[in-house]
Amino acid sequence: MPDTPTADIGVELRDVVKKFGEVAAVDHVSLAVRNKEFFAMLGPSGCGKTTCLRMIAGFERPTSGEVYINGEAQGATPPFERNVNTVFQSYALFPHMTVAQNVAFGLEMRGVAAPEVKRRVGEALELVRLPHLASRYPKQMSGGQQQRVALARALVNRPQVLLLDEPLGALDQKLRKEMQLELKSLQTQVGITFVFVTHDQEEALTMSDRICVMSQGHALQVGTPVEIYERPNCRFVADFIGETNFIDGTVSAVNGDFATLKTAAGMPVTGRIGGGPDARPTVGANATVSVRPEKITLAEKAPESGVNAHEVRVFSVGYVGSDTRVVVKLGDANIDVWEQNSVSTLDPNYFFRPGETAWLTFKPENALVLTS
Amino acid sequence: MMQRFRERPGLRLFSLMLPGGFWLIVFFLIPLAVIGAISFMGRDDLGSPTLPWTTDAYAQAFDPIYLQLFLFSMWLSLLTTLATLIIAMPVALFIARMPKKWRNLMIFLVMIPFWTNFLVRTYALLFLLRANGPMNNILMGVGLIQEPISLLSTPFAVWVGLVYGNLPFMILPLYSSLEKFDWTLIEAANDLGANTVKAFFRVMLPLTAPGLLAGSILTFVPAVGSYITVELMGGGKTTMIGRVIATQFGTAGNWPLGSAMSLILMVIVTLAAVLYFRAGRGERMAL
Ligand SMILES: Nc1ncnc2c1ncn2[C@@H]1O[C@H](COP(=O)(O)OP(=O)(O)OP(=O)(O)O)[C@@H](O)[C@H]1O
Ligand SMILES: [Mg+2]
Repeated sequence: MPDTPTADIGVELRDVVKKFGEVAAVDHVSLAVRNKEFFAMLGPSGCGKTTCLRMIAGFERPTSGEVYINGEAQGATPPFERNVNTVFQSYALFPHMTVAQNVAFGLEMRGVAAPEVKRRVGEALELVRLPHLASRYPKQMSGGQQQRVALARALVNRPQVLLLDEPLGALDQKLRKEMQLELKSLQTQVGITFVFVTHDQEEALTMSDRICVMSQGHALQVGTPVEIYERPNCRFVADFIGETNFIDGTVSAVNGDFATLKTAAGMPVTGRIGGGPDARPTVGANATVSVRPEKITLAEKAPESGVNAHEVRVFSVGYVGSDTRVVVKLGDANIDVWEQNSVSTLDPNYFFRPGETAWLTFKPENALVLTS
Repeated sequence: MMQRFRERPGLRLFSLMLPGGFWLIVFFLIPLAVIGAISFMGRDDLGSPTLPWTTDAYAQAFDPIYLQLFLFSMWLSLLTTLATLIIAMPVALFIARMPKKWRNLMIFLVMIPFWTNFLVRTYALLFLLRANGPMNNILMGVGLIQEPISLLSTPFAVWVGLVYGNLPFMILPLYSSLEKFDWTLIEAANDLGANTVKAFFRVMLPLTAPGLLAGSILTFVPAVGSYITVELMGGGKTTMIGRVIATQFGTAGNWPLGSAMSLILMVIVTLAAVLYFRAGRGERMAL
């Protein structure tokens, strides 16, 4: 990302720290959001996502470091002078105003002439498909409708950046899925940069152009959904996004892009070296191989290539329709294996049974060696 | 249970009103009827009401001197309400923004003076304002005045007394409105381009209007009719309608006139309150 041209950067955090008392809620975070990008901030509860968003909006000031919007350092610029708008998790609609008045508020504050306010409010409500509810009060509407009003109220100002703090968090599962699609197509339509906070990884993966994974105030990795899933740069990201198996050991050989570990039981495991250019493992160091359940295959007989092939005992078998989720014992460790059910069969012998022995294999290029 | 109430709204209304209605009749409507009756009576030499019915008392009450006093009382009460509002708003805001665990303690502190006898507190105010008292000393110390001035027995003294006495009645309803206020709405307003002042007037004020209205009524109404404060702080030189009415039942010995003035005062204050609530209702409709 360092080679991204600056002209294309909409929002940037440079070495931002935010402390509440002694605790650093955000700890030396640097990240750059490109213009018109759908950018997700993903991480467990309390990792500092909201705090980052609030610093961009201007509700909080960084303890140190700086927030840039459009290349300009924001310093103490108050929220009402920043060209960003927020969709609050609680929506924060004004209860004493109708939907139309809520949406008009931002335009009125910026001194837009009345006829234009009316026109743009109409357009914005059209955009979120609520023009028929313009004269309702917020509490007369469902959660999903309120959510769309909050969106219209922010979008009507045509901000450069729209900040969304878990905007779908209060909706039920079905509505949530619908709104994800709607939000994504809306973003493409209006061409505004979205910074989207969520702790739902599936939401982040399906909607975003790029994702920033956070933990305990640190921005661990920024990348596309595929990069984040296929090339996690550390153990936390590999673990947090999707499911994975970790096989711990000490590095016994390094060979180009690949490294081999020996587990405590002496089994060799080889994988692609992950974690970025400055994270090359050295022989003798502790490391972990991360391999995702769907990248492992189970066979009844020993495979021809001996690399990453181990005899294991089947521990449990769970049939979930699209695939069968098998847990096998490699030494003491439980390894999850997801076998896709690509054959339509009723034959019980097609599936493994607990207690059987099997051979587990995965290709070194489908596994990652992580040192941190 | 609720279902049955819903089916028979008459029953529900009746059972809800029973305790309050009884209270209202015994302590409010009956005394009011007595006062109303007396106001249409004459009086004997000792001041006790007598028949036949007459409207003499009302003719007396509309004397320009009394009318002027009505107006003055309303004016001073209005100033009192304004001053309490200006003082109470920051206090209520301050308490409402404190961490939750401190808030009850602060409200408790606001209430504490109320457990002291009202007379004692008013005498304390007298002491503060008297010729050689702390207030004069401060004013002289700052160099605003050269020699002690008489602050007592002035409209100013009465005003100070009324503001002091009514302050909690403004703070408490304001606080209860502000405590429920959702502060992210202010952030939302800021986010949409409203500066602090605009956010206050467009979002906070309309949403806390119920507390503001209640506080104003709770301050204004007792202030107009107040008696003890006027008696002590006004020292007989500055007087308000409440004290004049009290005199009619006491030394002046004119019960019918006192009753008539009470009723007139009640009608005027009620009208004022209704108009005030009307003005505020538009804003509160949506809540
Ligand atoms: N105003 C505040 N005062 C003190 N601590 C705070 C404040 N705001 C946030 N924190 C702390 O900072 C850390 C990060 O909080 P933040 O709200 O940014 O987390 P988050 O990632 O948004 O979590 P969630 O998913 O639960 O919303 C938390 O430990 C939180 O307790
Ligand atoms: Mg949050």
